[in-house]
Amino acid sequence: MSEHKIEVAINGRQMQATVEGRKTLCDFLRVDAGCTGVHVGCEHGVCGACTVIVDGLAVRSCLLLAVQANGCEVTTVEGLASSDSDLHPVQQAMKDEHALQCGFCTPGIVMTLVALTAEPHKPKANALLEAMSGHVCRCTGYQGIRRAARKLAGSKDSP
Amino acid sequence: MKPAPFDYYAPTTIEEACALLADAGGGATILAGGQTLLPLLALRMSQPFVLVDINKIAALKGVARLDGATRVGSVVTQNEAIDDPMLNRLMPLLVTATRHVGHHQTRNRGTIGGSIALGEPAAELPATAVALGASIEVRSVRGVRRIQAEDFYLAPYSTALTADELITSVDFPDWPVDAVPVFREVAQRPGDFALLGVTGMLAIQNGRISRASMAWFGMGSTPTRARQVEAELIGKDIAAIDARALAELAIADTTPFDDRHASAEYRRTVGRKIFEQTLLAALQLRRAA
Repeated sequence: MSEHKIEVAINGRQMQATVEGRKTLCDFLRVDAGCTGVHVGCEHGVCGACTVIVDGLAVRSCLLLAVQANGCEVTTVEGLASSDSDLHPVQQAMKDEHALQCGFCTPGIVMTLVALTAEPHKPKANALLEAMSGHVCRCTGYQGIRRAARKLAGSKDSP
Repeated sequence: MKPAPFDYYAPTTIEEACALLADAGGGATILAGGQTLLPLLALRMSQPFVLVDINKIAALKGVARLDGATRVGSVVTQNEAIDDPMLNRLMPLLVTATRHVGHHQTRNRGTIGGSIALGEPAAELPATAVALGASIEVRSVRGVRRIQAEDFYLAPYSTALTADELITSVDFPDWPVDAVPVFREVAQRPGDFALLGVTGMLAIQNGRISRASMAWFGMGSTPTRARQVEAELIGKDIAAIDARALAELAIADTTPFDDRHASAEYRRTVGRKIFEQTLLAALQLRRAA
């Protein structure tokens, strides 16, 4: 069993820790860094709830070891808005379109949409909708989520 | 569940990685994209003593031109391959097939080499490597060897790769730039494992098929080359193709299985239909060009 010193920038804050090789990034973010907005659903890469942004890319944090994030910049849902009364445009679109009910899958969906709509990307609605296949939502029936995705792509079409 | 304990190494050279694999005497597993391996570790279906993370090895990254082939480094991610201008120009079939692998989020980590190494019978990339006549370069402390994709797959998840070997690149030989990719898969939901699919290339000269290569996935325990239909297609006038008869011939080389998702008979029936439709669509695209 190996242990490793890692240094990860989480939501703009540098963090140092010693982790076991087998610790997944999602456990590190929740337990060590306190980012409990990272929701762990299936823990084997199917549900997408644990999606975070690592060096600009949306990835499943249960399918990455914490040690692999050494030297990386990680953004979780906690890093999107500056205060509790403030929302990121993706969060605002999700709220406006009633794209959540219980909210368990929401942080993952938000992080995928944030990664794909961040500058310099000019996402097409199709690309955002396709990326939603990587998330499972048990409440909404997806229609609100799809409306939010279309809105973010600047598409006025109803689903 | 959580993975069982292991020793993690992240070598920066191929030589170091090979030495780690050799020293572990079969107890090591290679970590590439990890999009299949991490679930296997979490479910404890895989419990290696040593994990060798190859993502830090610069020599395994990037796409390069060789004489008559395009070389894809084994840790090139699936989304990097999809966005690569050289692959889009020279290997459109590989790009199309890779778009069907997993989801956007898993393609950000999942690698070309990892998918080819895994040998999942219903996966897109092993069959596409077989159809394109790819050559897989592997290294170990014992040296370098090249394995033809067609000889690489032995059984589900079982390949010619030995425990001390590492895939360094997959080399895809050139096709004429105007050759037509043929690709179609049937899956229950986008991003799911395919029930079945067909992947291949057709080169056309003066209205006749000059070169054909086709392989099935999900239609047997390994990717299955459709040799009979390839032989039949050569020299055919594209205006006089009997796609239904060719689909029948294409199915003849397959040995599909029953599983909880679909019966062998369903796979044969759907396989015939998608082969016929996809062949016609590819030829129509070519006639329109």
